[in-house]
Amino acid sequence: MPLALDIALTHLLTRKRQTAVSMLGVAMGVGFAIAMAGLMDGFQSYFVSKVIDVTPHIIMKDEFRSPPVQPAALRYSHGAFALRGVRPRDEIRGIRRAQSIVASLSRREGLAVAPSLEGQVFLRYGSKDVGASLIGIDPVRQRTVSNLERDLIAGSLDALKTSANGLIVGIDLARKLGVKMRDTVTAVSPAGVILKMKIVGIFRTGLINLDGSSAYALLKKVQVLQKRTNVINQINMRLKDADGARRVAAAIERRFRYRTESWQEANEGVLGVFVIQHAIMYATTGAILVVACFGIFNVISTIIFEKTRDIAILKSMGFEEADIRMIFLIEGIAVGILGSLLGWALGYALLQLLASVKFDVEGIVKLQGFVLNSTWVHYAVGTVAAMASAAFAAYLPARKAARLRPVDIIRGAA
Amino acid sequence: MSAPVLEARGVTRVLPGPIPVTLVRDVNLAIEQGEFVSIVGPSGSGKSSLLYLFGLLDVPSEGQLFLQGRETSTLDDHELAHLRLEKLGFVFQFHFLLPEFDALTNIMVPMRRLGKMSHRAMRDHARGLLADFDLEEAADKRPGQLSGGMRQRVAVARALANDPLVILADEPTGNLDQKSGRNVFAIFEKLVDTMGTTVISVTHDEHLAALTQRRITIVDGVIDTDRKVNDGPARPGEPARPGLEI
Repeated sequence: MPLALDIALTHLLTRKRQTAVSMLGVAMGVGFAIAMAGLMDGFQSYFVSKVIDVTPHIIMKDEFRSPPVQPAALRYSHGAFALRGVRPRDEIRGIRRAQSIVASLSRREGLAVAPSLEGQVFLRYGSKDVGASLIGIDPVRQRTVSNLERDLIAGSLDALKTSANGLIVGIDLARKLGVKMRDTVTAVSPAGVILKMKIVGIFRTGLINLDGSSAYALLKKVQVLQKRTNVINQINMRLKDADGARRVAAAIERRFRYRTESWQEANEGVLGVFVIQHAIMYATTGAILVVACFGIFNVISTIIFEKTRDIAILKSMGFEEADIRMIFLIEGIAVGILGSLLGWALGYALLQLLASVKFDVEGIVKLQGFVLNSTWVHYAVGTVAAMASAAFAAYLPARKAARLRPVDIIRGAA
Repeated sequence: MSAPVLEARGVTRVLPGPIPVTLVRDVNLAIEQGEFVSIVGPSGSGKSSLLYLFGLLDVPSEGQLFLQGRETSTLDDHELAHLRLEKLGFVFQFHFLLPEFDALTNIMVPMRRLGKMSHRAMRDHARGLLADFDLEEAADKRPGQLSGGMRQRVAVARALANDPLVILADEPTGNLDQKSGRNVFAIFEKLVDTMGTTVISVTHDEHLAALTQRRITIVDGVIDTDRKVNDGPARPGEPARPGLEI
């Protein structure tokens, strides 16, 4: 064994308790980092997979990101002007030339397309009035862009066609209304049309905002209800490669100018929260590691304080600054390594514990416990962070030790 | 005539500070290979400081130091460390053994640092040194389990681990009873006689100093007398070795 390693390990072994305490500090940092990363990653990837799974990847809407250019702006393109009293044109909203857009999009490789008309309605059942977003769909096309059919817990998508005025509602919406299958509800649209509709299906996606406020009906029925014959206001798309949605959406928007949202954009708020969650996780873990650093710093400083005579004699025997520094750096890194290994065990145990906890949560998604997703990356990141902080914590006292002048110590000891 | 093993030319060491302290002033001294030298003087006279300068643990503020004719006062930390490892052995008043390691391992530390031998050869050499000092039974004992005299003998054995040219001893008997102290000096004598090692020992024990071949007295950082056993009475006020001054 190299001499420096031998001396370093002997120092640690003769201070088992102090070493164990500082090791535990590192283990806590690494262990909690692994557990928290598993927890957050699990929830986040669960949410993302749910979103990708349930909703269309790209939705084109009947609106524009920027208001239409006024003729005055074209005339005075370099000047400043003020327009007063500009009134938006009254027109039937909807995506124009929708048929040709759908046809054009359908020709793209790896893109499934389904038009729909979404509008607000009141669903009335007995004394209950519940606002809902009613989406008119073509069942055949809709199958290609969402997993609605799979998410049905009762009824079927085809029943929309086979029954007159069929309606599929989310499970939470059904609960709010108090309806069961084959009950008849009254749908009232802002256009004033009233339609009796029969519940032919109930779905549960796990995404709270869908399950609680969405309903599906045939496109034709919704067009009638909203008095918007032949109008669609959404084109839903599904990609083979969901990660590329942002890029594809931008390309489609450039081509057709209608606002086209990828699932990432639609869920930007939640994804932003995830970034903050990550930041909080790193901050917490970092704080634990900082405390662990103090432990390492403390134990190495103590060893150096007790070992000034040893350092003096080693230097007088021909050890150089680098040799002395190496001894104490090894001690710090050894604490880091052992602490990390212990941290792996702790992290693994915590994850097992968390996995065994069962409870119901209703946040943005419904869960029956923690979703955990732990990869070797979490273990590796925790270890690298721990090693780096251990080396840093050891380096400061080690450098001081290396600079000790043997003469000063020998004079003092004699 | 070959160069002296250690030589100081006009060496002065001043501790800087608000009030600078002169530890050693204008010392001219040459020590030949195989000499057994004692440095005596009242406490605070600078005898230990002179030893540390010779031992390359300290560097002179002024003047030049030579080891085997090679100037050492201009070398950097790395080269000085290597010279200490290879050519010098230290024995201090306090044994300075590594407390966690047994005697055998302690003696092997300088050899392992030098790394010129196989592990097996180092072990054999260390055992040989222990045997030389009658310490076979101490091999697997830690310093804490040994008597003061035994510890100091282990320390001497460690100083000899790399077969140094010079042993520098700073009050090596200061913590020992008279018998153990004489024992250590007897070991030094034997080294000088049989191995041709140079031994320089700082001591304030006149009886022990009397055992050496050459006695250098330091007062206030200046060489007061430098007397070889056969030289007759001291010659106060004279430079140590006038013939060597350049």
